[in-house]
Amino acid sequence: MDAEMKDVILEYVREEYLDEDSGIEVDENTPLITGGLVDSFSLVSLLMFLRQKYNANIPDQEAIPETFDTVTNIMKLVERYRQDK
Amino acid sequence: MVYSKEAQEFFSKELKEIEEQGLFKEERYIHSPQSADIEVEYPAGAELSAVINMCANNYLGLSSHPEVLQAAHDGLEERGYGMSSVRFICGTQDIHRELEEKLSDFLGTEDTILFSSCMDANAAVFEAILGKEDIVICDRLNHASIIDGIRLASSQQDSYKHLDMKHLEKKLQLHQDKRFRVIATDGVFSMDGDIAPLDAICDLADKYDAMVMLDDSHATGFMGRTGRGSHEHCGVMGRIDLLTTTLGKALGGASGGCISGRKELIEMYRQRGRPYLFSNSVPPVIISAAGRVIDLLSRTTERRDQLEENTRYFREKMTSAGFDIRPGVHPIVPIMLYNAKLAQDVARDMYAEGIYVIGFSFPVVPKGQARIRVQLSAGHKQKHLDKAISAFIKVGKKYDILHKSKEEIIEKYGM
Repeated sequence: MDAEMKDVILEYVREEYLDEDSGIEVDENTPLITGGLVDSFSLVSLLMFLRQKYNANIPDQEAIPETFDTVTNIMKLVERYRQDK
Repeated sequence: MVYSKEAQEFFSKELKEIEEQGLFKEERYIHSPQSADIEVEYPAGAELSAVINMCANNYLGLSSHPEVLQAAHDGLEERGYGMSSVRFICGTQDIHRELEEKLSDFLGTEDTILFSSCMDANAAVFEAILGKEDIVICDRLNHASIIDGIRLASSQQDSYKHLDMKHLEKKLQLHQDKRFRVIATDGVFSMDGDIAPLDAICDLADKYDAMVMLDDSHATGFMGRTGRGSHEHCGVMGRIDLLTTTLGKALGGASGGCISGRKELIEMYRQRGRPYLFSNSVPPVIISAAGRVIDLLSRTTERRDQLEENTRYFREKMTSAGFDIRPGVHPIVPIMLYNAKLAQDVARDMYAEGIYVIGFSFPVVPKGQARIRVQLSAGHKQKHLDKAISAFIKVGKKYDILHKSKEEIIEKYGM
């Protein structure tokens, strides 16, 4: 697992979706969508971030709970769609 | 056979799952006009119960007001029942245009276009004017109809944390490369009763060259000193570019909605707004009654003043009784219970006490934030409020939630 990528995505998720005083802990296995932290509408900003940061052309239809619910799964998707590899 | 056994089994299973998740919605049959006192058949087939309604959007108590009913009768007599047409073919009467002009005056905007509902207005508001080179930046707790409206448009979309102006500013900076930026927000958020900081939003819009779209459905008619809405409350009348609102809440509560705002944009909706072009005109009965509502509200602030007083009284009494109430000034009063089952149990017991309220839980509100949402009305008299407060205290004692912190309630009942 790419530790640096994990940290970058986790930091983005914390900054983008959690309130400073929420007290919610998030790690690479925290369910983001089914756990109620990120709704399908707000997910768009994470998708945009991944596309830009990793040049990964992840299609919209992949951003669903089955494939996009945890940072671990998100990293697998990034690896699959990265165009610079 | 088109409706196959496979399809039938699939949908039966889906419905069962909805039921198992506790999300199955049931209708309760009301046998009286909408009002503070109603007669309800619940469950279906049961004897009628006389209950106090504390969950309607009837903020000003105008749903069954005699003057509004008379205006509806006048509309029916003088302009008929239906228009049998969309607006631009042969569905526009003089009173449609008159109501649009009255709404523009009332809301302090340049022009207004009517729709069958605010849901329809929100379906048009982005789609008709924005393209793929534009972006809508939206508060994350916006009403579903705004979210759906954004999804219908070909423009790009982004969102900011609820009421977080620093996050909004970051997003505006990020999207300076877009042709047009639109900030979309509810004026009042329907589950919390909190109010968007429209002054700060308009300042950011000026700074970063963005338009402001406001859905004021839970504010038109009573927020602000003369009831014009949350833009009056926040001191930004004239600075909102697009305002959508409904006739289905404070303004008589029948149905219908509108977009009000900059005149070129409103003309664009007449040319390209699909729900305007492809659905029937709002019927004359509603147009006539809504016009009378605007006249009433322009004549006196008595009803919004009464609502303000009812809100202050109820919030104060419930807070001192020991309920965990989200602070605010809006007649939406969320009574926080955190646990979904507790919210359902309290609502059920309140109904048995003659008070009709509803419990809300995930996914309508975030997980672990289940609540009872009380909605006050100018139509509530002191006796209604006192009876409701007494019932809440009785039920609150039963569940031992009075004078308990959020942590204590969660410890006792779980998230």
